[in-house]
Amino acid sequence: MGRKRKGAPEPAAGNGILNRRIFLERTLIAGAAGLGAGATGAAAEPLAVPRWSKEPGTDFTAYGQPSHFESKVVRTWAPPANPATPGVGSSRTPHHLLDGMITPSGLHYERSHSGVPDIDPEQHRLVIHGLVRQPLVFSLEDLSRYPRVSRIAFLECAGNSGALYSAQAQPLNVQAIHGLLSCSDWTGVKLSTLLDEAGIDPRAKWVLAEGADASGMSRSFPLPKALDDAMVCLYQNGERVRPANGYPLRLLLPGFEGNMNVKWLRRLKLVDAPIMTKDETSKYTILLKEDKAWQFVFPIEVKSIITRPSPGLTLKGPGFYEISGLAWSGNGRIRQVEVSADGGQSFAPAMLQEPVLPKALTRFRAAWQWNGGPAVLQSRATDETGMVQPSRAQFVAERGLRGNYHYNAVASWGINQAGEASNVFA
Amino acid sequence: MCLLNRLILSAAALLLAATPALAADEPHFGKPISPQDLAAWDISIGPDGAGLPPGKGTVAQGEAVYAAKCQACHGEKGEGRPNDRLVGGAGTIAPDKAPVKTVGSYWPYPTTLFDYVRRAMPWDRPKSLSDDEVYAVAAYILNLNGLIGPDKVLDAESLPKVKMPNREGFTPFPRWPPK
Repeated sequence: MGRKRKGAPEPAAGNGILNRRIFLERTLIAGAAGLGAGATGAAAEPLAVPRWSKEPGTDFTAYGQPSHFESKVVRTWAPPANPATPGVGSSRTPHHLLDGMITPSGLHYERSHSGVPDIDPEQHRLVIHGLVRQPLVFSLEDLSRYPRVSRIAFLECAGNSGALYSAQAQPLNVQAIHGLLSCSDWTGVKLSTLLDEAGIDPRAKWVLAEGADASGMSRSFPLPKALDDAMVCLYQNGERVRPANGYPLRLLLPGFEGNMNVKWLRRLKLVDAPIMTKDETSKYTILLKEDKAWQFVFPIEVKSIITRPSPGLTLKGPGFYEISGLAWSGNGRIRQVEVSADGGQSFAPAMLQEPVLPKALTRFRAAWQWNGGPAVLQSRATDETGMVQPSRAQFVAERGLRGNYHYNAVASWGINQAGEASNVFA
Repeated sequence: MCLLNRLILSAAALLLAATPALAADEPHFGKPISPQDLAAWDISIGPDGAGLPPGKGTVAQGEAVYAAKCQACHGEKGEGRPNDRLVGGAGTIAPDKAPVKTVGSYWPYPTTLFDYVRRAMPWDRPKSLSDDEVYAVAAYILNLNGLIGPDKVLDAESLPKVKMPNREGFTPFPRWPPK
């Protein structure tokens, strides 16, 4: 087995990162076997015919659920600071247990300030007013008659990965650190269509968006975004938007921080200047090292995370492993993702799984030969604007650690000799 | 092209031009509404005070509203816990300090306080306070932060003029729109 086979993967970076050709060539199995067969040398058990092959299965179901064997693949959330105010906070997507680029709707992260409202679509209305020629009201039925568009877009809470703003690395997994991130196929009406119908007053420069939930969540966003790629969404992954994600109507501002994609959308007011709502002043502003805070930090800048291996997914002995993760940018497409197994001393390019879409999650994969020793896994993404995900040192040098929001520095998983992964700063 | 064909084409063109039913309708399904009829939803308050309703409230009135409806979550005198702290933190926004972000130390506009309390608070009964109660509780919180005196009356005229210490504490994110 020591003989090197044709097509066997070659090292591409330090500590076992292999050339990504392994994902592109048909010699995957033969090549991998050359490296990994030694780890699984024992012969397989004889095959028996299982029960489910010898009896009929169950009947149809009205709305399908995952296998009961997958009951651990669920959202998780921290207990609320105040038990008297449930539904304040967020639940997180279990990225370590998922693959592909689309987040199942039932696992899309949730963020609410006053719980999830139970909105009757018959009674829901969207009003567009302010600096317009004619204020207009739309029912859901009205909105459903317009030409529709679909796009796949990620949403990321501005507070995602906020745990990495701490000075010391906390013992948290990918869900707890990076779980405020999801990606769906959204369908709805272009916002520009509706604004054109209302007639935009030339004095209008901003749009206030407001939800119908108890908190009346509201944010101001620039009018050019409304006319560029903003949508009001009726459907998520082919079905009506889930209640926690804004049923029956949500705003989508592709690439902008999650909070601005106002759920349960009831009102759009065209104004000449931002309203300075609570969530664009006291929250969602980034306090820098100096005594100023960045305000109106709209785009999610280029970022990536490794979802596998990650804490809780212990490696089963030395040998071949796929390193898999997600990369995204609110400024466009992902151009490249590089991975490292030696804490960033050397990187090699990962394979980007098609399709690679602007402002959507991009799945990446890399091949790794774990030698059983300590390793520090990292991924570093570059987007089509040329922006490169900063190292933690670069990130901290620019803004310090007082910011809470928009943490996008390279993240690290330490691997110990037992194959256990943990959150580390490297 | 023969004459007959040309005649047919011309006739077809005339028919197209003359028949409204064949011209595409732009989809227009919004229903006009007057500003008065949408007033109940038009609750956002601009930083200049645009949208502030009639009414007024005093610090003393606000103290009573706060004790009854806010204190259980925001603590005595706005000290916080279990929910957000509203008072104090002066000077902690300065470089290298651990920031304590409160209405007094961090919020740049007093109008945001009225807007947010009226739409979202108290948590279990949002939009239940009268405009007078919102002015009053805003006055109480601003007074606890030392930003207005104990005898101040807040209304649509006086609220936007309250000077917030961190008014100049913000700068637009420098990398948007992208170059």
